[in-house]
Amino acid sequence: MSALPLLQVRDLCVHFPVRSGLLGRSVDTIRAVDGISFDIPRGTTVGLVGESGSGKTTTGRAILKLVPATSGSITFEGRDITTATPSAMRPLRRRMQIIFQDPFNSLNPRLPIFNIIGEALEIHFPELAKKDRRHRVAELLSKVGLKPEHMDRYPHEFSGGQRQRIGIARALAVQPEFIVCDEPVSALDVSVQAQIVNLLQDLQEEFGLTYLFIAHDLAVVEHISDHVLVMHSGTIVEAGTPEKIYGQPEHEYTRNLLASVPTLA
Amino acid sequence: MHPATTAHTASLWSRFWSHGSARVFFPVLLLLYLSALLAPFLAPYGEADQLLSKAYHPPALPVWKNGQLQVPRLVLTNKATREFRLDTQNPWAPVSLFAKGSPYQWLGFIPCDRHLFTTSPTERLYLLGADSYGRCVFSRLLYGSQVSLSIGLIGIAITTVLGMLLGGIAGYFGGWTDSLLMRVTEVLMSIPGLYLILALRAVFSKDLDSANIYLVMIVILSFIGWSGTARVIRGMALSLRERDFISASRALGQNPLIIITRHIWPNVFSYVIVSATLSVPGYILGEASLSFLGLGIQDPQSSWGLMLAQAQSIRVLVSFWWMLLPGLLISLSVMSFNFVGDALRDAVDPKLRLAR
Amino acid sequence: MNTTPPPLLDVRNLRISFRDGDRTTTAVDGISFRLQHGETLAIVGESGSGKSVTALSLTRLLPEPPANIESGQIFFNGTDLLALPPEKIRAYRGKKVAYIFQEPGSSLNPVFRIRTQIAEALRLHRPEVLDEEAECGRLLDLVGIRQPRTRLNDYPHQLSGGMQQRVMIAMALACQPSLLVADEPTTALDVTIQKQVMDLLKDLKKNLGMSFILITHNFGIVSGFADQIAVMYRGRIVEQGAAPQVLASPQHPYTRALMDCIPKLGRRQKRLTTIDHDNLTNTELAHP
Repeated sequence: MSALPLLQVRDLCVHFPVRSGLLGRSVDTIRAVDGISFDIPRGTTVGLVGESGSGKTTTGRAILKLVPATSGSITFEGRDITTATPSAMRPLRRRMQIIFQDPFNSLNPRLPIFNIIGEALEIHFPELAKKDRRHRVAELLSKVGLKPEHMDRYPHEFSGGQRQRIGIARALAVQPEFIVCDEPVSALDVSVQAQIVNLLQDLQEEFGLTYLFIAHDLAVVEHISDHVLVMHSGTIVEAGTPEKIYGQPEHEYTRNLLASVPTLA
Repeated sequence: MHPATTAHTASLWSRFWSHGSARVFFPVLLLLYLSALLAPFLAPYGEADQLLSKAYHPPALPVWKNGQLQVPRLVLTNKATREFRLDTQNPWAPVSLFAKGSPYQWLGFIPCDRHLFTTSPTERLYLLGADSYGRCVFSRLLYGSQVSLSIGLIGIAITTVLGMLLGGIAGYFGGWTDSLLMRVTEVLMSIPGLYLILALRAVFSKDLDSANIYLVMIVILSFIGWSGTARVIRGMALSLRERDFISASRALGQNPLIIITRHIWPNVFSYVIVSATLSVPGYILGEASLSFLGLGIQDPQSSWGLMLAQAQSIRVLVSFWWMLLPGLLISLSVMSFNFVGDALRDAVDPKLRLAR
Repeated sequence: MNTTPPPLLDVRNLRISFRDGDRTTTAVDGISFRLQHGETLAIVGESGSGKSVTALSLTRLLPEPPANIESGQIFFNGTDLLALPPEKIRAYRGKKVAYIFQEPGSSLNPVFRIRTQIAEALRLHRPEVLDEEAECGRLLDLVGIRQPRTRLNDYPHQLSGGMQQRVMIAMALACQPSLLVADEPTTALDVTIQKQVMDLLKDLKKNLGMSFILITHNFGIVSGFADQIAVMYRGRIVEQGAAPQVLASPQHPYTRALMDCIPKLGRRQKRLTTIDHDNLTNTELAHP
């Protein structure tokens, strides 16, 4: 194995034009992500923490090319994917996946679970017959702690935590190496949060997954991450090991985040 | 509230059926479409079978007499006023059930000549009277319903597919695709409908055969109709596009057209069904207006609009009331679609229900 | 003077069920609790525990049906609210018992300015206020919004989530209620904003002497705010008591489990603790 990180982000900028008027002239730009750089080594978890509006979610989506990058580069396994065409991205889509924050928004309410998870298999494993697909979906469901017979139910029949597990199963279906976890536990009860975090850690161990873990709660990020990035107003204000971030926070903003973590005392 | 959502899906039909107007008008629609489907069998005569001597023959009901169904035989007494009286010498003509009559092709390709009831070719059973050529109005209403009722369904199927596809594309892709498609719909919507119909109809030759006229009418009506659906679908697609399940599909590298058909369409479907049901009357009325103006179905084929056009004189209004029956059927079918559409909307989205 | 006044809120043996077709599920299974004037009660539990249903039932805000209050009494200042006719209950909503909810974004009407929305509450319950402008400004100032007079002209979408929640609190305070029910007020907010909103609620509690009921799934935001804690699990209160005691030495295993699953800073656990529901249901709830 080479020492090359799985993912390298260099000077990434994502700007959104603010349009107004009849002709939709661009009058201003929102600098959602404003020149950030970081590496994600294979098999590790990098935590990206910040408030809403800090640009952390946009960063995750830009890496997967769900929003276009304005400038900078994203390198996956040494290959620059910043300008890759949709067809060039297709084989890579199998290797990088995403888990979303809102378990109520991330599953198509009109499709049964089999179709939701099976879609991934259809695209990337077209050689699988329907019977084998069902078999594989059943496997994935048990992997994330659900029952295989759940696959013919619809999303509304599940609780928030269960839906999040379905979202994880969908991401796992293509056997990815890298997963962007976009606030996967923020919308969940604390008790369910713990289950999902544990599940993500178990899966990482089993499949050697690499995570970019996005959250606004420093306590969760500190728990799961090998390396933490603190993001504020589109830039990374502080980066380091969880111990360092927690032990000797340098930036004012980091200290503020630390002070906000609720405690029982 | 998960149990509530389960109930929502499961009880769609029961909520629809619990609606008073659905219980009345849904069976009416079923009956209308069933009779259109079986029209040649239910009709005692072909739509073009004329008997000039019996023009404007009044409705006559058959009776059970001497172990057989018979119909009173009327003869013309006044050519000018079209008055009939009972033929005293030979007052009854036999009606036979499931008998052979004028041949037809059921569904256009199954040759058949059985009728539910008919008479010998020289006799007539005019359940709902005769028109100016002595053709059976009852039979012509049945044949006419095939045109009038099917044009709505086919038209709405075409506009809905077009609207969903183009609206879905505009909403999902956004940008210049969206601008272009929406400008086209705006242009279409800004042209007054009736003039566009007249203009388009004029483009096509006047001496087309009936089958082609039928197709042309569907094309014209669909061409005008898709823009409204497309605009609404586009709005819904725009908001659905921001939902994470669409992002998830994009992250999997899914083909955009499949994203539209698999993820956007099912989520707009309840709206589409309701709006389609509510727009069928527009097509029925569109066909009626075209045929009424002589731009639609041509004699001897029948359609409700054409039959109504043949009833436009004071004399008909005063003396031959049965000639106005196609108007009644147009109203009935339009009303049924509106009521069923209302019930469907309430069933699909209980939140929209207005206080009654 | 020698009779003790009745508690502000006295809920006795409340039982609420939901009908879904032929199925009836019990959401609240015979719970009782009291709240004294000026006290704060935190009802802690996971989603589905019945805590929000309890909160909404206080002024009969639950749609009935499908909800059905099977039994129980809710005494508010000595009056049984469940025995009151619906039109009398309305006088309690907002005026005596005010609510703030989880999603401030969806609780504010997007087409009206902040001023209009606060003024509506004022007009409804405090017609004696003559200078609405001044009162609205004072309320925004009270909930820590800077430049309140200019902010009154804003529409909800111009405010951040935390600001929207402050406006919701201001609207609730506009009627000077004796009880403010906060149903998961910070769950939709970032941790930094969560802290600010909780700090605000603590200030209000200290300065206004009101009573609060805080509904939450997170033990982390309870400390320093609640005087009493009731822990709900599957429709029942499994533990209740004074906040310091419950927080320091939780008695019920469910309470302990709920506290344990909060990730703690600086403690690099290998795994987070989760709740073993099967075990809990089998052992503890059968023999409480």
